[in-house]
Amino acid sequence: MRTDPYRLTVNGRPVEVIDGHAGESLLFVLRERLGLPGSKNACEEGECGSCSVLLDGDLVCSCLVLAAAAADRDVATVEGLSDAGGEVGPLAYVQRAFVEAGAVQCGFCTPGLLMAVDALLCEEPDPDDLTVREAISGNLCRCTGYGRILEAVDRAAAMRREACS
Amino acid sequence: MTIALTLDDACAALAADPTATVLAGGTDLMVQVNRGDHSIGNVVAIDRVPELRGWTREGDVLRIGAGMTYADMADPGFGALAPALGQAARTVGSPQIRATGTIGGNLATASPAGDMLPVLVALDAVVELRSSDGERHLPLDEFVVGVKANALSAGELIVAVRVPVLHGPQEFMKVGPRNAMVISVASLALVVDPFGRTVRVGLGSVAPVPLRATEAEVMIGGRIDWEGGRPPTAGDVDRFGQLVADAARPIDDHRGTAAYRRHVVGVMARRALVRAFGMVGEEAA
Repeated sequence: MRTDPYRLTVNGRPVEVIDGHAGESLLFVLRERLGLPGSKNACEEGECGSCSVLLDGDLVCSCLVLAAAAADRDVATVEGLSDAGGEVGPLAYVQRAFVEAGAVQCGFCTPGLLMAVDALLCEEPDPDDLTVREAISGNLCRCTGYGRILEAVDRAAAMRREACS
Repeated sequence: MTIALTLDDACAALAADPTATVLAGGTDLMVQVNRGDHSIGNVVAIDRVPELRGWTREGDVLRIGAGMTYADMADPGFGALAPALGQAARTVGSPQIRATGTIGGNLATASPAGDMLPVLVALDAVVELRSSDGERHLPLDEFVVGVKANALSAGELIVAVRVPVLHGPQEFMKVGPRNAMVISVASLALVVDPFGRTVRVGLGSVAPVPLRATEAEVMIGGRIDWEGGRPPTAGDVDRFGQLVADAARPIDDHRGTAAYRRHVVGVMARRALVRAFGMVGEEAA
C-alpha cells in the first residue's frame, strides 16, 4: 500500500517522499529513498542504536519511527553533523574526536554514536563518566570495548568547550 | 495514515476504522512491522495529540496522560509525586527508547515484562479509556487480562492512567543481565501508604499479568510500627521476602528459570522493604 506524499525536513532541507509504502521506517526512507546511507541498519528493533537520528531534537532510533507518521518533522542525520553536508570535507568536532581517539574500528556503530554524543554534549557540555555511559547505553559497539569511545567523548567535550569559550 | 492533532480526531479516526493500528511511540509496534509480523493498514498516529501529553494533579490523584514518554516520567517533578514510576521509567531501554516510548504504549502492549505495570498494580491505578461512544474507567487488574492481552474494545483508546499520590517511600527494582536495554527477568514495586497504613507490592515478569503480593502486604502492614517508626526486625523482613516469593507464579523461559525468578523476587522484596523502612540493627538506606 502506497502512502500519500509527505514532507520531511532532513538536515535543514525540505524533502518530499512521494513513493513511500505503508510501514516503512524512517531509517528505510533515509537510506533507500533519500540517498542518506549514513544511518546504519542493523537490528531493526531498537537495541543497537546504529540508526540513531534526531527527530525534532530528540535522539531516537530511526528504525522505530514510522516514516509517514514523522511527516513535517525535523530530522537530523549524521550527514548533517559537518558543514560538508555528507560530502568529503571538514569533519565536525565530534567526528574529529572519534578519529583522533581511534574510536572507530569497523565503523558500523559510529554514525549512531556520533549522533548520541553530539546530542549529549549539546545538552550537557561537561558530562561526568556515568552521564556519558548512560547517554551511549543505547549504542552497541562490538569492536572497541568502548574504552576509546569514552576517550573520544572526553576529547569531543574538550574541543567543544574550547570552541565555545 | 491519520496524524491526529486532537483527541477528538483520534477517536473519530478510530470510529471510522476500528481495525486501524494505533501508533504511539512505535517502540513495540515498529519492531513487529520491521520483522514482517504486523502488516500495516490504516494507522492512527496519536503522538501529536496534546491532550495525551503531560500530567495533572488534583488533590491526591495524579492523572498521567497516555502519551507521557519514559523520558517525561524521569523528570524529578513527576518523580516526586510517583517515585516508583519515575524509577521504573529510568530503567526502560535506552535514551532513544525513553524519548519515544509511552506509558500508554506499555499498557496497550501489556507485556508481562512491561516495567510500568508492577508499579501501576501496586498503586491500584485506574486506566481511562475513550472512544467515540464515551468513556470508561478500568482498574489495572481488569485492564491487563493476559500475556499481551488487554481489555481495549475495538475503536477504544487509552487516554490516561490515574494513580494516587501517596506520602510514603516507593521503590522499583528489576533484574536483568545488564543495566541498559534490559527486558525484566523479574521486577518489583513497593509503595507505602502511611495514612492508609498499607505496604503494597506489585510483581512483574513472574506471571502472565502483574501480580500483587497480598499475603505479604497484610503481614508486613500489621508488623510496621506506624506510630513510633521503629523499623521492622530481621525476622519480619525475611518473612516478608518469603511471602512475596510465594506470591510469584513464574515460568521457565529464555530469560530465566522459574526458580531463579522466585528467588530474586524474594531478594528484591527484602531490599525494597529495608530501603523503605530500615531494619532493626541497620540504618535505613
